[in-house]
Amino acid sequence: MHGAPAIIGGYGDPHDCKPPAGRAMMQRPARTPIVGRRVQLMATCLCDAFHDDVAAATVEVLEHLGCEVAFPEAQTCCGQPAFNGGDWAASRRVVRHAVRTFAGDDPVVVPSGSCAAMLFHGAALEFEREPDLGEVEGLGRRTWELGDFIVNGLGVRAWPGRYACAVALHRSCHTRGTASSEAAALLLRSIEGVRLVEFGEAEQCCGFGGTFAVAFPHISASIGDLKLDNIRAAKPEVLVSGDTSCLMHLGGLAAREGVALRTRHLAQVLRDALGGGP
Amino acid sequence: MKTQPIDQAAAALPPETKAAVYEGSKVSHEKRTKLLFDHYGDPDRLRALAGEIKQHVVENLDTYLPAVEAALAANGAQVHWAPTAEDACEAVHAILRARGARRLVKSKTMVSEEIELTEYLGKHGIEALETDLGEFIVQLGHDRPSHIIKPIMHKNRRQVAELFERNGLGPYDEEPGMITQRARQHLRHRYLEADAGLTGANFVVAESGRIVVVTNEGNARFCLAATRCHIVLVGIEKIIPRDADLALFLNLIARSGTAQQLSVYNEFVSGPRAPGQPDGPDEMHVVFVDNGRTDVLATDCRDILRCIRCGACLNVCPVYRQAGGHAYRSVYPGPLGAVLSPLLLGERFPEKADLPKASSLCGACREVCPVDIPIPDLLLRLRDRAHQEGIPSPGTPPMGVWSLLATQPVAWRAALAAGHLVNRLPTRLIPVPALRAWEAKRALPEWRGGEFRKWLKARRERGGGGRRPPR
Repeated sequence: MHGAPAIIGGYGDPHDCKPPAGRAMMQRPARTPIVGRRVQLMATCLCDAFHDDVAAATVEVLEHLGCEVAFPEAQTCCGQPAFNGGDWAASRRVVRHAVRTFAGDDPVVVPSGSCAAMLFHGAALEFEREPDLGEVEGLGRRTWELGDFIVNGLGVRAWPGRYACAVALHRSCHTRGTASSEAAALLLRSIEGVRLVEFGEAEQCCGFGGTFAVAFPHISASIGDLKLDNIRAAKPEVLVSGDTSCLMHLGGLAAREGVALRTRHLAQVLRDALGGGP
Repeated sequence: MKTQPIDQAAAALPPETKAAVYEGSKVSHEKRTKLLFDHYGDPDRLRALAGEIKQHVVENLDTYLPAVEAALAANGAQVHWAPTAEDACEAVHAILRARGARRLVKSKTMVSEEIELTEYLGKHGIEALETDLGEFIVQLGHDRPSHIIKPIMHKNRRQVAELFERNGLGPYDEEPGMITQRARQHLRHRYLEADAGLTGANFVVAESGRIVVVTNEGNARFCLAATRCHIVLVGIEKIIPRDADLALFLNLIARSGTAQQLSVYNEFVSGPRAPGQPDGPDEMHVVFVDNGRTDVLATDCRDILRCIRCGACLNVCPVYRQAGGHAYRSVYPGPLGAVLSPLLLGERFPEKADLPKASSLCGACREVCPVDIPIPDLLLRLRDRAHQEGIPSPGTPPMGVWSLLATQPVAWRAALAAGHLVNRLPTRLIPVPALRAWEAKRALPEWRGGEFRKWLKARRERGGGGRRPPR
C-alpha cells in the first residue's frame, strides 16, 4: 500500500502551485508606458478593404489629441484569420510581418479590440514555443485598442463636442477582461447629447467570430439575429462598437433582412462629435 | 456550400427543441450570475483560486492518485483502476457478478454515460436504472442527455408528459409537480428491489478519502440507503486536496451549475458501514476511470481536466444555445465538450476534430468557468492540431494565399485594388466560397480597398489636418 505522499497537508497556500499551462485570456500584459505623442496606426485589414472611414476617423481623433500619427505603409493584417482558422504556421508568418512593420518603441493604436487582443494575447499563444516570442510579446505590450489608448493610455476622461443621439454600445467579445468597453462607455457618456441605452443579453456574442461566420453561417446568423432583436428593443438610433467586424456582421444581417441598422465605429462617433454631431 | 456538421445540426433542430434549449440555458445563466454577484464582491477571485487548486491537482496527479488510493483503503473501500471504458464497465460488472446482483440503481454520473455502462450491463443481464429525474426520462425515451446537468434540456414538459403517458406512468399531465410525483412513486419501489447502488463523485478528497456527491433530488442517498453495495464511478481528475477545499468547491459548483447557494443534498461518504454503525452498505468500491485522461494530461490542453462538470459554460455559450447538446455527438457537449470530447478519443481525435471549430471564440465560457479554464485558448490549440494533422474542415477558408498576400506589402496593395471587382461582379461569379457563405446571410459592404491609404496620402500632401467632408 502506498503511503500518503508529502504533498498532502504540506500543500498549504494554493498560490504555491505551478502556474496554469494556459495564458489568462484577454488579460492585458503589463504595458509599456506612453512617452510623448508619437503613435503608429494599425488600420486593420477590414478598414483597408471596406471601412476606410473608420481608419480616417481614427487618424483625426488621434490628431485631435495631439498625437503624431505614423502609418507604416507595409502593414497588412494582425494574423487573426489564420490564428482562429487553425493555421497557426500561416498566422505566425503574418504576425512576424507585423512585428517587423511596427518596429520601434512607439505605441501601436488599432481601432479594433479584436486585432489588439490578437497581438497582446493570441500571438503570444501561438509563439509559445518560438524563439522570437520575446519580440512578439514586445509588440503586444505596445499595442492598444483605440478607446483603451485614449482613456487609459492618454488619461482622457471626457470627450468634447456634441452628438445628439441614442446610442447602443456593443461590447465586443475580444474586449472581455480588458479596459476597452468601459473606456468606450466612459467616452460616449461624456459626450454632450449622447444617450447610452442598455439592451438585453449584452454579454452575448454578435455571432461573427471570423472564419466562424462562414463555416457556421446558420448559427452565426441566428446569434446575430438575437443580438439585433435585443438591440432594436432598446430603440437606439445608432449602434456603436469598437470593432468594425461585429458591426459589419450585424449591419450586413440587418441590411439583408431589409431593416437597416445604423452602425458607427467608436472612432467615427468621436470624430463626428467634434464636428457637432452625426 | 460546405458548412460544419454542428451548423447543419443546428439548422435542422426543430423550433420547439431550439426554444427549450435557449430558454433553459439563458435562465440558468442569468440566475447563476445574479446569485454569484449578489453574494460575492469578486467571484472572479474565487474562480481563479478554484482554478489554481484544480490545476495543482492535475499537474500532480501522479502523487495524488496513490494518496487517494491509500486514504480510501484506510476507510475500508476497495479501489479499482480502469484504464479504458471497457475495463471500467467490466470492473463494475465483476463487482456485481460477485454478489449475484441483477438490479442496479444509479444516480447521475456522466462517466457512466461516457463508458456506456448501462448498455454493457444490459448485455450481461443486469438492469441499471437511472434515478435522477432527468436521466430517468432520458432512459424512458431511449434518448441521450443533451446537457451535463439538465439532461433533458432539449425537452419541454409537454413532451415529458406524453412520454410518461406512453410508458404507463399515468394519464397525460404536464404539471411539473405531477411529473415528479409519478417518477418518485415509480422509483421508490425500485430502490428497495435493487442489489447495488452506483453513484458518481463530484469530488474525491485526497487527505480523507471522502467521496462527495451532490444532488438536488436525494436520489444518490436512496441509492446508498437501500442497497448493501455502493459502487462509485469516477474520473481520475475529480480529486481535490483537502476537506477544507470543499467550502470553496461546493459553493462554486452549486452556484455555477444550478444557481443555488448549496445543492440540496450533499453526501459525504467515508467508506462502507463501519462496525457499530447501524446503517450503510457493507461494501464500497471506487472505480477510477482513465479512458483517455492521462493522454489529455500529456497534451498542452490538460487544463480541461480541472473541469468540475457544472454546465455553466454550456448555458452561456451562444453556439450551444443554438445547436443544443446532441449536435456535439458526445456525452460532453458545449465548450467543455468541444475541448474534452475530441481529446478523450486519443488517436481517434479526427472523428471529433470539428468540435473545437464550433465557437465564435467569444470567451463567455471562460468568464463563467468556476475553475477558470481558458477554454477559448484550448479550442484554438485543438484547431491548430487538427490543421497540422491535415484533417479537413468544411467551410473554413484556406489561409495559404491570404498569408502570402499579408506578408508581401506590394501584393497586398495590389489585392486591395483588384478587390474592387467585387463591387462590379455578382458574387456568384467570384470563386471564393467564403464570400458566398457570407453573402448567403449578410450584405457585403462596398469594397473600398486602398481608399484609406489614398486619403491619408492626400491629407499628408495637403500638410495634414483639415476637416474631411463627411461621406
